[in-house]
Amino acid sequence: MSKYRKNPNPIPVPTPVTKPFWDATREHRLLLQRCGKGHVFYYPRTHCPECLSVEWEWFEASGRGRLYSYTVARRAQGPEFAEDVPYIIAAITLEEGPRMTSLLVEADPDNVAIDGAVEVAWDDVSPDISMPYFRPLG
Amino acid sequence: MAGLRGDAAIVGVAEFAPERKPSRLYMGLESYAELARQALDDAGIPLSEVDGLVTGSNLMEARNLIPSAITEYLGVPSNFFDIVDLGGATGAAQVVRAAMAIEAGMAETLVCIVHTLMPHSDPTVAPQERRRDWGGGNWGSPQAEFEIPFGAVQGTYGYAMIANRYRHEYGLTERQLAKIAVDQRTNALQNPKAVFANQPITIDDVLNSPMICDPLKLLEIVMPCFGGAAVVVTSKERARRAKNRPAYVIGAGEHTTHRSVTYERDFTHSPIKPAADRAFAMAGIKHSEVDLASLYDCYTITVLLTIEDAGFCGKGEGGRFVEAHDLTYRGDFPMNTHGGQLSFGQSGMAGGMSHVTEAYLQLTGRAGGRQLKKCDTVYINGNGGIMSEQVSLILRGE
Ligand SMILES: [Zn+2]
Repeated sequence: MSKYRKNPNPIPVPTPVTKPFWDATREHRLLLQRCGKGHVFYYPRTHCPECLSVEWEWFEASGRGRLYSYTVARRAQGPEFAEDVPYIIAAITLEEGPRMTSLLVEADPDNVAIDGAVEVAWDDVSPDISMPYFRPLG
Repeated sequence: MAGLRGDAAIVGVAEFAPERKPSRLYMGLESYAELARQALDDAGIPLSEVDGLVTGSNLMEARNLIPSAITEYLGVPSNFFDIVDLGGATGAAQVVRAAMAIEAGMAETLVCIVHTLMPHSDPTVAPQERRRDWGGGNWGSPQAEFEIPFGAVQGTYGYAMIANRYRHEYGLTERQLAKIAVDQRTNALQNPKAVFANQPITIDDVLNSPMICDPLKLLEIVMPCFGGAAVVVTSKERARRAKNRPAYVIGAGEHTTHRSVTYERDFTHSPIKPAADRAFAMAGIKHSEVDLASLYDCYTITVLLTIEDAGFCGKGEGGRFVEAHDLTYRGDFPMNTHGGQLSFGQSGMAGGMSHVTEAYLQLTGRAGGRQLKKCDTVYINGNGGIMSEQVSLILRGE
């Protein structure tokens, strides 16, 4: 049962490449990848986007970051989101560096602070998948 | 610098008036053929002289091998053929590729065509089997897993996030953004083909229109339409004997960095700058020589960022620039004189080509009530995705 969405669809359908990321979400662990040269990246992939290295490891992110930007959708941008209006679509800069698209939850749509601190807020949308949304910190 | 020598020219254009409900349901091949017919008629060049084709990436009758399908249908053996898949930058990019093909000696006269798929319901596909188009969300795509499920659907949210970041860093008022829409509407009132040709608006109308994604309101967002456009590009030698004044492609530049806006490192510095810088350097002209700015305008914020990143004002000065200048055909900074897509209508991928066709109408003195007194040099920018694919083009009439 989704905590933050009336209708949690569409729910991501993992690929062999992204499955470890989504498997970890069940344990509320946000995984990033780091290549041998120390480049940190998100979303999950087989090649580092800075050096195309295929030598990399998963590691757990802090789950903290800053709100780079956002918008409040006052009209649903897809039918699945119709009952969630108004909802806040966000671009988060994670503490470890990568940028991430997410929803900002537990926030007042009329009082959102760009560059404000945020932390991950998990939403168990299916038995297999939990969504890493974010909420304002403090 | 190396680059285009300016030996290729636009000599004819055609455009279907954008329509919210198509008055005529063209099949895909038929639409390409009709646009080619009208553009060649405008150029005064017979089909038998065409030896190259640049198409859009959509054709309801085929998913691939599109250029050869259209070559066969039109009956023009082609020496050069290409397909362009750059969203709103497709039209400008088609002209760049045609000019490159001509200067490289691959072909002499090319037709560039881009259109909107018409809303046919395919009788061979059961309604329940018709797939939802998420806009790039096929299984396995980063969009399907890491964008769309998080609400990042279509484009409006992304431009809204860009606008909010811009406002945070540089300051921007709702009235400044609204003025862009209002000045473009003033232009559209002089364009019988514009979808909003008969509806003047004020800044208050824009401010009072429904908020869609903060801070973008309904009248700052394009209206999806059906349509299409075509442009004939030929060699200098052939252009000299053409019916209309040739518009030479004297500068071009392209740049892209991302597919989803989240991965654009700095929302306030778009890939337009490298594209525009290259185009201006190649053309060897100053910004003050530009008589018309024809700037892709899916949203008001797109125009503001383009004015800055193309170099017409400094970074962070866009809001004050649009306030200080009259952007209409009567003004001191004529911009999107056809109304822009905001007021002309956005015919899908063909919408971006409207900035090229308008440039050519202005350069040939055929823009009717909105005709500029002097128009010899035009800067065009095409923008695909969410500030993703950028294609700048500079045309000069001779
Ligand atoms: Zn690396």
